[in-house]
Amino acid sequence: MTRVEPAARGAGQDAVPPSAGSGGVRVRRSGPAAWIGGGVLVVAVAVLAYLPYVSSRGTQIDLVGLFSLIVLGTMWNLLAGYGGMVSIGQQAWIGLGGYGLVYLAGTLGLDPFVSIPLAALACGLVAWATSYLAFRLSGGYFAIGTWVIAEVVRLLVIQVDEVGAGSGASLTAFSGIDPQYRIAYVYWVALGVAVVVVLAVYLLMRSRIGLALTAIRDEPTAAGSSGVPVTRAKRLVFVLAAVGCGLAGAVIVANTLRVQPGSIFSVDYSATMIFIVVIGGLGTIEGPIIGAVVYYLLQDGLADLGNWYLVVVGVIAIAVTLLAPKGLWGLTRGRLSVFPTGYRVGRGT
Amino acid sequence: MTAPLLEVAGVGKRFGRLTVLDDVSFSIAPGEAFGIVGPNGAGKSTLLNVVNGVLRPDGGTVRFDGADVTRADAAARCRAGIGRSYQIPRPFGGMTVFENALVAASFGGGHTGRAAAEAAHRALETAGLADAANTPAGSLRLLDRKRLELARALATDPRLVLLDEIAGGLTEAEVPALVETVRDLVRAGVAVVWIEHVVHALVAVVTRLMCLTYGRVLAVGDPHAVLADPQVVEVYLGSTIAGDDPVVEET
Ligand SMILES: Nc1ncnc2c1ncn2[C@@H]1O[C@H](COP(=O)(O)OP(=O)(O)OP(=O)(O)O)[C@@H](O)[C@H]1O
Ligand SMILES: [Mg+2]
Repeated sequence: MTRVEPAARGAGQDAVPPSAGSGGVRVRRSGPAAWIGGGVLVVAVAVLAYLPYVSSRGTQIDLVGLFSLIVLGTMWNLLAGYGGMVSIGQQAWIGLGGYGLVYLAGTLGLDPFVSIPLAALACGLVAWATSYLAFRLSGGYFAIGTWVIAEVVRLLVIQVDEVGAGSGASLTAFSGIDPQYRIAYVYWVALGVAVVVVLAVYLLMRSRIGLALTAIRDEPTAAGSSGVPVTRAKRLVFVLAAVGCGLAGAVIVANTLRVQPGSIFSVDYSATMIFIVVIGGLGTIEGPIIGAVVYYLLQDGLADLGNWYLVVVGVIAIAVTLLAPKGLWGLTRGRLSVFPTGYRVGRGT
Repeated sequence: MTAPLLEVAGVGKRFGRLTVLDDVSFSIAPGEAFGIVGPNGAGKSTLLNVVNGVLRPDGGTVRFDGADVTRADAAARCRAGIGRSYQIPRPFGGMTVFENALVAASFGGGHTGRAAAEAAHRALETAGLADAANTPAGSLRLLDRKRLELARALATDPRLVLLDEIAGGLTEAEVPALVETVRDLVRAGVAVVWIEHVVHALVAVVTRLMCLTYGRVLAVGDPHAVLADPQVVEVYLGSTIAGDDPVVEET
């Protein structure tokens, strides 16, 4: 990186007329909604954390599904809503995370709870390598490219006999733990993963990197000529989203105790993620959480409808995009922000 | 004679069969104010794209501050000190005006925290946008979008600013203020390359002028000499200057 020596830089700053010297600029980054909303969230997480003491195993298993949906929606939003990358191949990392857990905990005999983050890190590593391929494509070609990568990953994984080749495998690593405890542990891990992922994205978006990502999403060329290292920032997001999806995949498998290539590598996951983000609100942190809850409730409430379920989900998706193009969270018109990432300028002092 | 800040040598650029730049060479001293004129489609904006790294030339080299930057990307050149405003504004539409400038100050200017906020604020004040700091950039009208282009370019703390038709759309009464802003820049030691169809504004600031036609340098030198050059008058200025009717065009 070339730096301009201080002298020249000082000269550049003198270019500003004298009025600029008078008083600074005051920048605010959060409002009362953030404090109230943050408080509500802390209480909600505390209640959820207490739940295993008072709820049935079925409820906990169900809610793990919700937590992984929140993680998946948040990751897709990070990619598309902040990084400007529309991927339909995130199932690559969901599958790799799930299989990674089975391989590390089952085949290698590592502690399953340690295996979950390790599997996710492996996803990040593979994503970093494949980004050099995927980033040669843009727009629609990038989207298709990610799907192709997901298919290749699936085809490679089903060559591995240790994880059951084409027929899948069971996760036996938990067999030493009493099911009641196992379910509660997995529940807490899933809740923890969801909280960490959402908080991580929030902190990322509040940081300099978040500023760069938003600029890249809005106008990549202008971002580049304003000094933003566009490719590096996108690669970081691509890798982080793979880690997050890998975590979700591992949590899903820890919850169901079974991994099956057809379902864990299913492109349906991408459709679900898109639905969650579009319903909730693209480019907001709150949106995917709301979208995940809506999807979860629909899934629960409409389970008896069989194939009609998809029709209902489709109609709802169309209705929301027509009536609330910015998603449900978009209805707040930016007046409400539980996770404020922007900058408001106040009067100078 | 000091070493040139920017050196463009033998640059060529084609889009398919269309040759847009053909063996263009010129150089700019630190702090110099340099103007570019030429008819529509002459390749002026393309030349700026090659200088700031948005486009790679097919041939030739671009040197900035002694270093060959022909292969460097736009972000690296911006951090090295090349700021750029676009003829067709490219705002970060989902961000506020302040955030737009903050991106440039943080990444192009390399500032963090308060220093970044202050650099962004100063750039907005210079461009006359400080009062619109909290406005979403996507909702600005064209004139303010042009101002935002200028603000963002300045927020990167450039040593060389490339201005692409920032006066287009201004009323005659607004031009002097813009001319003063660019002059202030030059006084502060920033080199300026300014493309403008509003020739009288240009001539009020620049000390050298280049006329580009069909991707070739037709004339370069003292502004008045270039404008008086019969060839220049014929291909371009005949229509503009003779009628003393500055072309205020919008793309
Ligand atoms: N990305 C591109 N692909 C194809 N052709 C292009 C591209 N960019 C520019 N051109 C063509 O190159 C030629 C020069 O364009 P350029 O924008 O550099 O002209 P200009 O001198 O800036 O004109 P104006 O005064 O209208 O802004 C035009 O014919 C234009 O259509
Ligand atoms: Mg142009």
